[in-house]
Amino acid sequence: MSPQVRMINDIAVQFRHQGLDTAAAAIAEHVRAFWDPRMRAELLRRVDAEPESLDPLALAAALLLTSP
Amino acid sequence: MSLLKEPDLGTPARPGPATVSIEVDGLPVTVPEGTSVMRAAALCGIDVPKLCATDSLEAFGSCRLCLVEIDGRRGTPASCTTPVTDGMRVRTQTPKLEKLRQGVMELYISDHPLDCLTCSANGDCELQDMSGAVGLRQVRYGYDGANHRDEKTDTSNPYFDFEASKCISCSRCVRACGEVQGTFALTIEGRGFESKVSAGGTDFMSSECVSCGACVQACPTATLQEKSVIQLGMPSRSVITTCAYCGVGCSFKAELRGAELVRMVPYKDGGANEGHSCVKGRFAFGYATHPDRVLTPMVRARITDEWQPVDWDTAIAFTAAKLRDIQTRHGVAAIGGITSSRTTNEEVYVVQKMIRAAFGNNNVDTCARVCHSPTGYGLKQTFGTSAGTQDFRSVAESDVIMVIGANPTDGHPVFASRMKRRLREGAQLIVIDPRRIDLVRSPHIEARHHLQLAPGTNVAIVNALAHVVLTEGLVDRTFVDERCEDFDDWAEFIACAENSPEAVEELTGVPAEEVRAAARLFATGGNGAIYYGLGVTEHSQGSTMVMGMANLAMATGNIGREGVGVNPLRGQNNVQGSCDMGSFPHELPGYRHVSDDVVRGVFENMWGSTLQAEPGLRIPNMFDAAIDGSFRALYVQGEDIAQSDPNIKHVHAALAALELVVVQDLFLNETAKFAHVFLPGTSFLEKDGTFTNAERRINRVRPVMAPKTGKHEWQIVAEIAQAMGYPMHYDSSSQIMDEIAALTPTFAGVSFEKLDKLGSVQWPCNDNAPEGTPIMHRDGFVRGRGRFVQTPFVPTRERSTRKYPLILTTGRILSQYNVGAQTRRTANVAWHPEDVLEIHPHDAEVRGIRDGDEVMLTSRVGATSLRAVLADRMPVGVVYTTFHHPVTGANVVTTENSDWATNCPEYKVTAVQVGLTSPAMAG
Ligand code: SF4
Ligand code: SF4
Ligand code: SF4
Ligand code: FES
Repeated sequence: MSPQVRMINDIAVQFRHQGLDTAAAAIAEHVRAFWDPRMRAELLRRVDAEPESLDPLALAAALLLTSP
Repeated sequence: MSLLKEPDLGTPARPGPATVSIEVDGLPVTVPEGTSVMRAAALCGIDVPKLCATDSLEAFGSCRLCLVEIDGRRGTPASCTTPVTDGMRVRTQTPKLEKLRQGVMELYISDHPLDCLTCSANGDCELQDMSGAVGLRQVRYGYDGANHRDEKTDTSNPYFDFEASKCISCSRCVRACGEVQGTFALTIEGRGFESKVSAGGTDFMSSECVSCGACVQACPTATLQEKSVIQLGMPSRSVITTCAYCGVGCSFKAELRGAELVRMVPYKDGGANEGHSCVKGRFAFGYATHPDRVLTPMVRARITDEWQPVDWDTAIAFTAAKLRDIQTRHGVAAIGGITSSRTTNEEVYVVQKMIRAAFGNNNVDTCARVCHSPTGYGLKQTFGTSAGTQDFRSVAESDVIMVIGANPTDGHPVFASRMKRRLREGAQLIVIDPRRIDLVRSPHIEARHHLQLAPGTNVAIVNALAHVVLTEGLVDRTFVDERCEDFDDWAEFIACAENSPEAVEELTGVPAEEVRAAARLFATGGNGAIYYGLGVTEHSQGSTMVMGMANLAMATGNIGREGVGVNPLRGQNNVQGSCDMGSFPHELPGYRHVSDDVVRGVFENMWGSTLQAEPGLRIPNMFDAAIDGSFRALYVQGEDIAQSDPNIKHVHAALAALELVVVQDLFLNETAKFAHVFLPGTSFLEKDGTFTNAERRINRVRPVMAPKTGKHEWQIVAEIAQAMGYPMHYDSSSQIMDEIAALTPTFAGVSFEKLDKLGSVQWPCNDNAPEGTPIMHRDGFVRGRGRFVQTPFVPTRERSTRKYPLILTTGRILSQYNVGAQTRRTANVAWHPEDVLEIHPHDAEVRGIRDGDEVMLTSRVGATSLRAVLADRMPVGVVYTTFHHPVTGANVVTTENSDWATNCPEYKVTAVQVGLTSPAMAG
């Protein structure tokens, strides 16, 4: 598993107690605030290539990252 | 500066306002109630002769030298044990007193080897001084009677001798060991003429002594004396500076003779330590002059080549050219650097500035990534700023002290001594740790509760504690209503049955009743303070746990005054400072996000450079990017990532993949094996700057000697930036601090001038708090209202299995420090010559392991061998080791799991198996 996928999956579990939308937004915000752009780009590549490796919540968050 | 002799007022200060007025030899003085006559006299400039009294210890009243006469009182009371009363009139010199004192001195001197001229304490001996002070002219008893002059000297300690023949049985050492250090290693054995100091019937080295030196400092004669003084002679000048080991930040007088450092004496005015120290700061400074130190820059084309010593200009030009070349070929973001928490604020600041302004990216991180980054994240989310809330002194006001995942007696010994003093006075102690650390039970201290949880279950425990507080109606509603937000959502979450002590009991291994009792005590026992360490942060839910502790503190109203708070015990000397200085890839100095256009604009103006608005790579991401090829060069300031970071094989692969590794350090460490440029660094004795300790205290580090390498570290960094085409020049480190102050609101009032005047200040230090802020969040939280954050317990991915049935946890030991680069190069190795694996006797027995056997420690990622030590302070199923020695390389076995929010590695939970290295030899 790529480090980016592993990391976002780890983050996702921490937000699972919140509703899907709130959680996805919080995860996306976290990633924007702390990740280097090349890591975000790699994550988005993984989203396209192997969406099944992402936790569904992580996937929802990752999709938010494509919009600015 | 000439040798600084600090005045000794004889007995400790008493708190409170000065309200009692007395007259000493006709001079008026007003002092706080409870002050001794001796101290009152000293405060008006009159030194009453004394031998058994010193102001670091409570008066004892044994030597009878300090007698005075008091109007209206019969006899000649001892001034050290007599408290002042209003209107008292004292006489310190009368013919009667003189006679009495001379009589006392005669007795002492008749049993003392009179070799003053060749004595190591000549010039610094209170017995000598007092003979003069009392006007001793003759010893009528002769020197031939029974005496102690043939007593043997104990030289077993590597740093000091105990020359028993010179002991005057004043008990100062015994009291220092108990009162100041809290170890109680010394006693007076026997009575009367037979009485003598004993280290528990053994020599010092094999006693309980932890070599803190408090007794040496307290001894008025040459009896307890530093070996360095015996060998080199009395020092003649001193420089006040700061210890470079742990985050306590003790102040010392570095005492020299000419250019040679003779000894380090803890400074009584030091805000963090108030005259105390531990074995490292006081004695383990020899590494600074160790022959292993590299003093000349070196370069090489490939890491398989021999190092080539070069001059500074060549090294700097080579480094700058290589860095620019890599950027031309692979992009601006292909290079980065790591700052060091072992260096000064000023040195850290210039490195992150070089990276942001000259490299043109935010690829800067610091070793705090692998220790306290969750503190930064967690406290910022809840309180609004990522720093400990109290000063160390505040522990004296605590009623219930909760120590979580920290071992202060080994990791933060001088703070531990303060804490132990408070515990002896009656504060209650709750320890949350898988191991039975020394604090749980030590002389005169016993924890009320030891929650001996399974590694990795911190969050479950803190939630259970909060659950009890909430469901049993122990919340401080006034505090919560007035000062916090998001309480109701949190309350709903924490009240869930799954957070109850009963529900988590099986998981954590802690009996529910024990958790309930601890929670009740914390919520109702008065001022409750939380102190924590890497046993909290170095987990895959480290940040969650920090927020969990903050929730608990807010729910019980334990924030914003003396004796309470949430307090990270920082590891290295300048962890706080390196974070403050903007070493994180997403934050500029002062914890401001790089995406904030206004803040970035301020820096861009001052630095004359365009700054990136996107965060850069963190250390573990740098390693990943090195392996995938998008990251090509790394500048490493004073860190040994090849030994200290987790999953070493991965780190080594990443380092080997880089085109350029620049190491700035004292020694050719493990990381230097992968380096192309070695830039020799300066030791703390050569540095000029500041360190910020765990209580946000900014302490001056003053140069005791000129840099042995010919250059300050900040100079080298500035020259590399210049050579890369970015103008950067400073005349002094004080100028760098001025720039920091101009750019960082919490540092606005800090300058070397102010630090020299006040000794130290705790940030925030600005117009609102010109002399600093010892206690944070007094009237409101930094973020306005304190925020309750929900902290669900998510177990770590790392589980024990049949193949790896044990859990390894790591920590440190008193005598060694971090990866041991410094302490291994001192006599401290006498206490800890190698890393060992502590294992419970039961776990050992089922594996056929005996004490001292060589064992193999294996995890999913690696294996190493080391010696096993049977220890029943370990719980069954958990083993423990330190990472002070590169040979063992405990990080060979640690995994890539890390804190979800910050990537702080999960050093504290690794599933392992342990077996005999060669079962055939087990017998
Ligand atoms: S060095 Fe410290 S621990 Fe050892 S005997 Fe002296 S005071 Fe006690
Ligand atoms: S060793 Fe020093 S401090 Fe201790 S009793 Fe003897 S003279 Fe006093
Ligand atoms: S407690 Fe820490 S700062 Fe103080 S002397 Fe020991 S190592 Fe140095
Ligand atoms: S100094 Fe007061 S009795 Fe010794």
